[in-house]
Amino acid sequence: MHDSISTFDLANQFRKVLPQDAVLDQKQQLQPYECDALTAYRQLPRLVLLPSNIKEVQASVKICKEYKIPIVARGAGTSLSGGALPHSDGVLLNLAKLNKIIQIDTQNRTATVQPGVRNLAISDAAKPHGLYYAPDPSSQIACTIGGNIAENSGGVHCLKYGLTLHNILALKILTIDGEILELGSKAFDTTGFDLLALMTGSEGMLGITLEATVKLLPQPHDRKVLLAAFDQIQSAGNAVNGIISNGIIPAGLEMLDQLTIQATEMYCSPGYPPNAAAILICELDGYDEELQSQVSSVKEILIEHQAIEVRVAKDKKEAELLWLGRKASFPALGNLTPDYYCMDGTIPRKHLALVLESIAELSKKYDLRVANVFHAGDGNLHPVILYDANVAGELETAEKLGGEILELCVEVGGTITGEHGVGVEKLNQMCVQFDDAELATFHQIKSAFDEHELLNPGKAIPTLHRCAELGAMHVHNGKLPHPDLPRF
Amino acid sequence: MNDCSTDIANEIQRAFQEKTALRIEGGSSKSFYGRSIDGKPLSLSQNKGIIEYEPSELYITAKSGTPLSVIEETIAKHSQVLPCEPPQFSNTATIGGMVACGLSGPRRASSGSVRDCLLGTEIINGKGETLRFGGRVMKNVAGYDTSRLMCGALGTLGVLMSVTLRLLPKPAFEETIVLELSESAAVSKMNDWASTPLPISATFYNGSCLYVRLSGSTSAVKASSREIGGDTYDTQTEFWESIKEHQHAFFNADMPLWRVSVPPNTQNLTLPGESVMEWNGGLRWCKSDANEKLIREKANNVAGHATLFKSTGEAEIFHPLPITIMNIHKKLKQVFDPAGILNPGKMFAEI
Repeated sequence: MHDSISTFDLANQFRKVLPQDAVLDQKQQLQPYECDALTAYRQLPRLVLLPSNIKEVQASVKICKEYKIPIVARGAGTSLSGGALPHSDGVLLNLAKLNKIIQIDTQNRTATVQPGVRNLAISDAAKPHGLYYAPDPSSQIACTIGGNIAENSGGVHCLKYGLTLHNILALKILTIDGEILELGSKAFDTTGFDLLALMTGSEGMLGITLEATVKLLPQPHDRKVLLAAFDQIQSAGNAVNGIISNGIIPAGLEMLDQLTIQATEMYCSPGYPPNAAAILICELDGYDEELQSQVSSVKEILIEHQAIEVRVAKDKKEAELLWLGRKASFPALGNLTPDYYCMDGTIPRKHLALVLESIAELSKKYDLRVANVFHAGDGNLHPVILYDANVAGELETAEKLGGEILELCVEVGGTITGEHGVGVEKLNQMCVQFDDAELATFHQIKSAFDEHELLNPGKAIPTLHRCAELGAMHVHNGKLPHPDLPRF
Repeated sequence: MNDCSTDIANEIQRAFQEKTALRIEGGSSKSFYGRSIDGKPLSLSQNKGIIEYEPSELYITAKSGTPLSVIEETIAKHSQVLPCEPPQFSNTATIGGMVACGLSGPRRASSGSVRDCLLGTEIINGKGETLRFGGRVMKNVAGYDTSRLMCGALGTLGVLMSVTLRLLPKPAFEETIVLELSESAAVSKMNDWASTPLPISATFYNGSCLYVRLSGSTSAVKASSREIGGDTYDTQTEFWESIKEHQHAFFNADMPLWRVSVPPNTQNLTLPGESVMEWNGGLRWCKSDANEKLIREKANNVAGHATLFKSTGEAEIFHPLPITIMNIHKKLKQVFDPAGILNPGKMFAEI
């Protein structure tokens, strides 16, 4: 594709429709965009474009279509799956300048925003009205709503309030053909197929989000945060099921294993019991009277499930401290190791104990430490594999270990990704979760929107060829016959 | 549990080869909904049975022909409910039909729609291929959300074979209160309340009275009903059942029934005929002989849409789609059902 137009000429084409400084073509300008938060994968784009309004986005896409240049749209670049990894032949379309909050409609409880608006900025804008935007991925200070939509982001409060999908009411989408699709509305439903669902989580492969209308929820009356410590990780797993089968849906229910507890203690001293095998952090919210009775019930259930210690945060400050360790888990683990690799499989909760044991065995098998810190309430695991990229072969070992964990998740009826997306990272595991006919359907859906595969090509859906190669390689008990051969 | 999935797949394959249009049937409880079509009946009533249900997991997987009543009875034993509180319209209603029609009931504004609680589907596409999308877990972002694409598609993209749905604990206590209010005051009140954490789980306005259902712990419900005011309404279970199932006197008329979906805080919609409201004002039911164009225009003016829910004439059932969106519909139809044999024309003539 490179021969069709030189990068120099291409840049000049874009400079006709964008301000001069909105077209980046120097290596040092491109470098900050070579990866997202999955830093193991890096690639320089040909150009970076920084449009600041819808017209400029449209004009940029029109040129890309004309010269068949791949487009990778990017928000804040916080993706953990390489969703915003540039394409070597393509342009990176940075939408961060489209950062206006267009409207807060308090009477219909919606916010209409441009794609570059940060997740937390929506809640901040809604706060004076007693409202907030519920999905809260851990990167919410930085990540943008456009990226959240592309990845169908989750967070710690999904258990009660749903994913991005459940909190998006309408989208304005630019297709590769230059058309603007208005999907959804402020009403509860629309006519026809649920294109809003199809678009959410499509990893930027079906269209480019120009505007989103999201649902705002009333801030709860009050919140209570509990901490429970266990001397066996299985008891913690059973306690999670105990709470939910008693008809209580906590706003958040998180588990940290011993390695994570110790790492966070060293990092920010949240005061977690240092010798516990696992702790649970449970946040309950609701109406005052209801909340009090829920706190008592949860306390009883935790003790029933052999919790060795249960604490209820007395005030907001103490509650924040309990959350602090959880929220700092990843940087804390980062302090233990030069590199880490965070997985995102989701499993039916009943298999929690089994999967955690198997992860421990895999950790021994590959001789790499694995920490577990995750959204226990909805079975969304985040095993964190600690490794050192400077040790030859260790990244590959970490990837293999990660791959086996994800395949295990599929085996017990779960999925390879709960909230981070497939990106470039989990393409091989997609071959395990879906068969050829299902993958072919995904490719045809892609084609229906983007015939020439210009929008974020090569992400999210593996080619059937890749899966066939992988299937052939899988024959010997998962041991690759030629690990040195490149996989594609 | 009998397995007729192979027979169904074979029948669809044959229809694909012979280009025979199929008319998919579950329990025919909602056969009035959508455009009327011809086609060889493809019955799913024998494709029934609960595949997996463990109360602590908060999901149920069932074959599509399983009666909705069986699902609701089964989960009720463990004090669980379908969050979307779906209407049955007849005791023959199936879980597959519920997903295909995508119609939610009174609890929708607070607990979400059918598509919101749909976690996964197994379908047979128009070529006779069995495909599984989504899964059993709530958080799942692998691949396009093809599963939810089936919800409300009226069988035009695939024959639903099994579905997995998220469940919620049944509220411990419910109370309904009634307030006498004008329409504009009712709309304002409902939306003011919805901006607060009051545990309101359903609303219905009949033109003079606003009915508000509160759900949660006894203490929270009692405190909230004191805050709202109004009179306690005694026969609440029967009342909300009659709204959900359209057995309320309003729905008992030999006249076209329009389902008008609008932003909840829409004031002065001035629909012709007689109308009632649900979902904080987001759902308006309108009984009227008025011209199709007039009603659709009123919905359009507020960025809503109007469906001719029960028809007596020739008017188009669903709100017309903009051409760009219709083109996408046609392309997706081509992906899932290239021969156009699955409920062709049920939603729009073009698909």
